Amino acid sequence: MNKKRVVITGLGVASSVGLGIDETFDALVEKKCGVRRVEAFDPSAFQSQIAGEIVELNVKDFIFKKYNKHARVMARDIELAVAAAYNAIKDAGLKSKCLVDRGEAEAVDIDSTRFGANIGAGLICADLSELAEALGTAAENPAEKGNRRFSLGKWGEAMTNLTPLWLLKFLPNMLACHVTIVHDCQAPSNTITCGEASSHLAIGEAFRTIQRGAADLCICGGAESKVNPMAMIRPELWHRVATNRNHDPARACRPFDADRSGMVVGEGGGLLILEEYEHAKARGARIYGEVCGFGASQNNSSWFRPQPDGRALRLASEKAMADAGVTSDEIDLVNPFGVGTKEHDAGEAAAIRSLFGNRTNEVPVLATKGAIGNNGAGSGAIDIAVVVKAMERGVAPPSLNTDKIDPDCGINVIQNDPIDLRAKTALTFAGAMSGGQTGALVIRRMES
Amino acid sequence: MSRRVVVTGIGWITPLGHDIESTWQRVLNGESGVAPTTIFDAKTFPTTFSAEVKNFDLRKFLSADEYEHHKTVSRQAGFAMAAAKIAWGNAGLDKVGNIDKTRAGIYLGGGEGPLDFQNFAKAAIEGWDYDAKVLDTKRWAEVAGACLKEVTEAEQDPNMAAGHISNLFGLEGPSFNTLTACAASTQAIGEATHMIRYGDADVMISGGCHSMIHPLGVTGFNLLTALSNRNDSPTTASRPFDRTRDGFVLGEGAGMLILEELSHAQKRGAKILAEIVGYGSTADAFRITDIHEDARGGIAAMKMAIEDAGVALTDIHYISAHGTGTAENDKIETKAIRGVFGDHAPNVPISSVKSMMGHLIAAAGACELITCILAIRDQVLPPTMNYENPDPLCDLDYIPNEKRPATVKTCLSNSFGFGGQNDTLVIKAFD
Repeated sequence: MNKKRVVITGLGVASSVGLGIDETFDALVEKKCGVRRVEAFDPSAFQSQIAGEIVELNVKDFIFKKYNKHARVMARDIELAVAAAYNAIKDAGLKSKCLVDRGEAEAVDIDSTRFGANIGAGLICADLSELAEALGTAAENPAEKGNRRFSLGKWGEAMTNLTPLWLLKFLPNMLACHVTIVHDCQAPSNTITCGEASSHLAIGEAFRTIQRGAADLCICGGAESKVNPMAMIRPELWHRVATNRNHDPARACRPFDADRSGMVVGEGGGLLILEEYEHAKARGARIYGEVCGFGASQNNSSWFRPQPDGRALRLASEKAMADAGVTSDEIDLVNPFGVGTKEHDAGEAAAIRSLFGNRTNEVPVLATKGAIGNNGAGSGAIDIAVVVKAMERGVAPPSLNTDKIDPDCGINVIQNDPIDLRAKTALTFAGAMSGGQTGALVIRRMES
Repeated sequence: MSRRVVVTGIGWITPLGHDIESTWQRVLNGESGVAPTTIFDAKTFPTTFSAEVKNFDLRKFLSADEYEHHKTVSRQAGFAMAAAKIAWGNAGLDKVGNIDKTRAGIYLGGGEGPLDFQNFAKAAIEGWDYDAKVLDTKRWAEVAGACLKEVTEAEQDPNMAAGHISNLFGLEGPSFNTLTACAASTQAIGEATHMIRYGDADVMISGGCHSMIHPLGVTGFNLLTALSNRNDSPTTASRPFDRTRDGFVLGEGAGMLILEELSHAQKRGAKILAEIVGYGSTADAFRITDIHEDARGGIAAMKMAIEDAGVALTDIHYISAHGTGTAENDKIETKAIRGVFGDHAPNVPISSVKSMMGHLIAAAGACELITCILAIRDQVLPPTMNYENPDPLCDLDYIPNEKRPATVKTCLSNSFGFGGQNDTLVIKAFD
């Protein structure tokens, strides 16, 4: 097969430490933390009352005026994707329909039939307030607090209290739907729903789509909000969250730290612009780096717990390296998921040790969750944007709260302060905490 | 040299049956799987019927040990496991121990698991403050924390079916789940085909599973007025391309295919059912609710798939339509087919098995592709049932009401999803 080369020409991020890749990257380097007590609702009855929450985000800053009316049917996850998409397009120097309609560009410079989208999404939570109000009208005995009964018989009538388009707020593919409308992307489009692995798999698939010539440009990554009562109670039921640092949110999520106690939820989106190399060169685009390899695997021992030896993560990484034609000796930066639970971090560290052997202590490990928490389907792309930026700037941010690396993990996590980085080739991987899908990518810095 | 992708196994769990042969006979006979809803009490809903999978028991498909290990699966992941098990056996893979499991993967269009509705609703109404008109999240969390269950919540994630299936067969190849609404499993099969072509895998289990026949699923579609309201006559409610059609009928189920690289299949002496030769995927990028009026996305997806397949328009002997039975879809799909096939369009037989099975949402495309494979095998085309009143806006050959013997070598299958997702596959007799 005559494979096309695929490069990264745009980075779009919306995270709890910044709306934009430079804002996010600078905050990480300055050791700022986006994890705080939840403001969106009263979290006092939750075991974990903190989150990497984006406090100020107005989606209308990222769409065009005629589209404002559709903001009403965007779940938070969709808003995050739309914000990251705008940032990615701007960063890539592309003139999309949205930018023209906003008066920020004269004319569209993209062939929409060659512009695809591949956006990872989570299980989007319904707006509980909206739904509870409607469901409340179908209670048999609303006065009997503590013993209220819901009546399906009343619901047939009461459901009309919801907006007709209610369902469309929560379909996972509505992230891609809105992004493709706002920026006019008509080429192959997909929505990957594989939990924390979604971004890696979506970017990997977009990479393949451009490699085989089915598109010249693809906006890809993911977005998710876990700052929602439903999304916060679920990982509580699964005993995955840190519950012992509600009083000290900025110290709560501690990737690979000896004293880590669980994850912290967050919200965010990351979208990259992948572009066919000749196409990028022809338009004089700034090329950050090249996607060189992709691999995917699956935890086949459990759909709910990580493998202690990180086998599927290692397999995906080995496939990605083989696809890129590199060995682990050439990898000089690693980006695991680093969610901060005992067992997930241990499995990832085991995968890194088995991949790098006696080089394990030489390879710097970049982890972001201490600052922004677990952004689900959006996490991977935010991480990859940070990795790409770190290679461009020659500096890598430290992992917040990795004060004492767990000796059982035994990997070289960047701690305490930013480091000078002369990395050329990075490996990044992620696995779905529920479901067990794994994806890995090899990314090379573009030599100027 | 490009790697060819063939189908070596099929399996499905549908509203018309749980095995390939008897279900296929019912499809050819024009039987309906639609009936009043029994999964929940839908009496007061605008739509009171659906196409349920009847008498499903996962125990019949798994060994006792396997069942014990996987018994917490959600309804649609159970359908997926059963269909995958049928397909795996149909491909003869249960009898070969030595395939490289790191090169055997899974690509599903799996839906989200049904919500734990009773407990969800309980927490919501207990948390609702009727006076202040706000959700008291403190109260909500107390109730929800006590009544929601660890496992039931976990099994709702759309990628859990893929997790269970990979565990069942020990697969360590690429594993993906896409959820592009009604287009998901067609898309999954198309992308899985590309993974094998590229060399990411040699074997892929691919297809989809979904069950939205639960109170909030039906609520969502009823609010969109997408469902038929023909409550007095469920079996005639799904009437694709008929002038009096009034919406789709919600179904549930799973369809699974074993996709395999040709030489891998030949080496192990597998029976080859068909070859996947073309895939096209596009986005309408038009409106969140409406299909583009000129059908531009559907036309582009079909053209992309036909070009990928390298077949002439006149070689396509059958189109398995998305054919949902909504006014909008059927009109615009007809326009799309005309847009692609031009003057030849009236010569191409088209049908929608949704007229019998209902709309299996994420699982629809996979089940419809299986009907294409069976049509090629048996040289007979399934009918569009309930087609009684011609619609001037739908003026093609929809194989009305009776199966039709025909020469069938190449078929095209469409799936179009809410949100403007368009996917098309082209499948061919293997030679």
